[in-house]
Amino acid sequence: MKIAISTSGSTLDAPLDPRFGRAVRFLVYDLEQKTFTLVDNEQNLNAAQGAGIQAAKTVVESGAQAVISGHCGPKAFTVLSAAGIAIYHCNADSIAAALEQHANGELQPAQDANVEGHWV
Amino acid sequence: MKLAIASGKGGTGKTTLAVALAQASTSAVQLLDCDVEEPNGHIFIKPEFTSHEDVTIAIPALDETLCTNCGKCGEICQFSAIVTIVNQTMIFSDMCHSCGGCILVCPENALHEQAKGIGCIDSALGCGTNHNIDFIKGTLDVGQAMSPPVIRAVKRKISPATLAILDCPPGTSCPMITAVTGSDFVILVTEPTPFGLHDLKLAVETMRSMDLPFGVVVNRAGCGDDRVNDYCSAEQIPLLLQIPDDRRVANAYSRGEGLLEAMPELAPQLRAMVQDISSKVVISAEGKQ
Repeated sequence: MKIAISTSGSTLDAPLDPRFGRAVRFLVYDLEQKTFTLVDNEQNLNAAQGAGIQAAKTVVESGAQAVISGHCGPKAFTVLSAAGIAIYHCNADSIAAALEQHANGELQPAQDANVEGHWV
Repeated sequence: MKLAIASGKGGTGKTTLAVALAQASTSAVQLLDCDVEEPNGHIFIKPEFTSHEDVTIAIPALDETLCTNCGKCGEICQFSAIVTIVNQTMIFSDMCHSCGGCILVCPENALHEQAKGIGCIDSALGCGTNHNIDFIKGTLDVGQAMSPPVIRAVKRKISPATLAILDCPPGTSCPMITAVTGSDFVILVTEPTPFGLHDLKLAVETMRSMDLPFGVVVNRAGCGDDRVNDYCSAEQIPLLLQIPDDRRVANAYSRGEGLLEAMPELAPQLRAMVQDISSKVVISAEGKQ
């Protein structure tokens, strides 16, 4: 199974980006192979609106079956849920720490968005 | 003549001035409340509305039996209002700007237009003590994010033959731009305070980039300092009128009464200002021909 984690870095010790839609990129970690790839999300950094929706589409297309991020808004949640992707809210300092929390079963799949939608 | 009353800062007296201008007019006048997110001109005009219309926008509706999830609709959408993931296409109608692009590009004709209500327009004819004010109010539904379609619907009620006074939304973003677009002249209402001056400068920049003729009215003159006046004279912006800071206006306002009920002596000045603007607009129109 692959997990997409929002980040501004490109290594496992990079910080977790608490933003989902406007994260710089996703690190997609393969739990079986213990390898990862990086998926760019920069087209959303300056999007006027719909960053969460497009980021969710990017995650779906990356083949990830789960997302770890700080926050997730209602529209991104709708898209991810429709694709059957589990969302884990997490405030770990690094990607490695977030993956460890996930491995230890400390993260619960979110039942709903944890932030409101917003307008620019 | 289309006369827009705008400002950068909110609460400077746009509605106060717009209502007073309409009430001071001795001939037929339209007062259009374009501040559709919080219309309040009716509090002072006290109209009896005789007409009510819904304002709708067109959003896409999907026939899932025809859709092949090719994703072309999502690719053309600049607003992420429609997205295809793997085996389903989802529509987020509150992101939609009604451009119709998705419907045009769909190779399966799986998308069609559907009306979605976002607000309404109420109209009352012959308001005011002289029964010469036609009052039109736009209201955006609570929970809707985009006001420009309602503002445009209000503006479609403008009758070119009479003086149309547009009470505009504050700020310098899409709602304000939508309201002032096409005006013959814009009055920027400000107050003599640091906030008033700061936001006036933003509004002036907006007017200049839109190439709209404008002038400034200072409301509550005397309550702050001279920096607004200094700025206007340095920038060669016409200072059209100064409405004095007077407790009588605040008292009247608290009872739902307007500027002219508190200071009826201002009426001739307001009429003279509109007359002056009108003559400038005519000269400018002749110059363009």
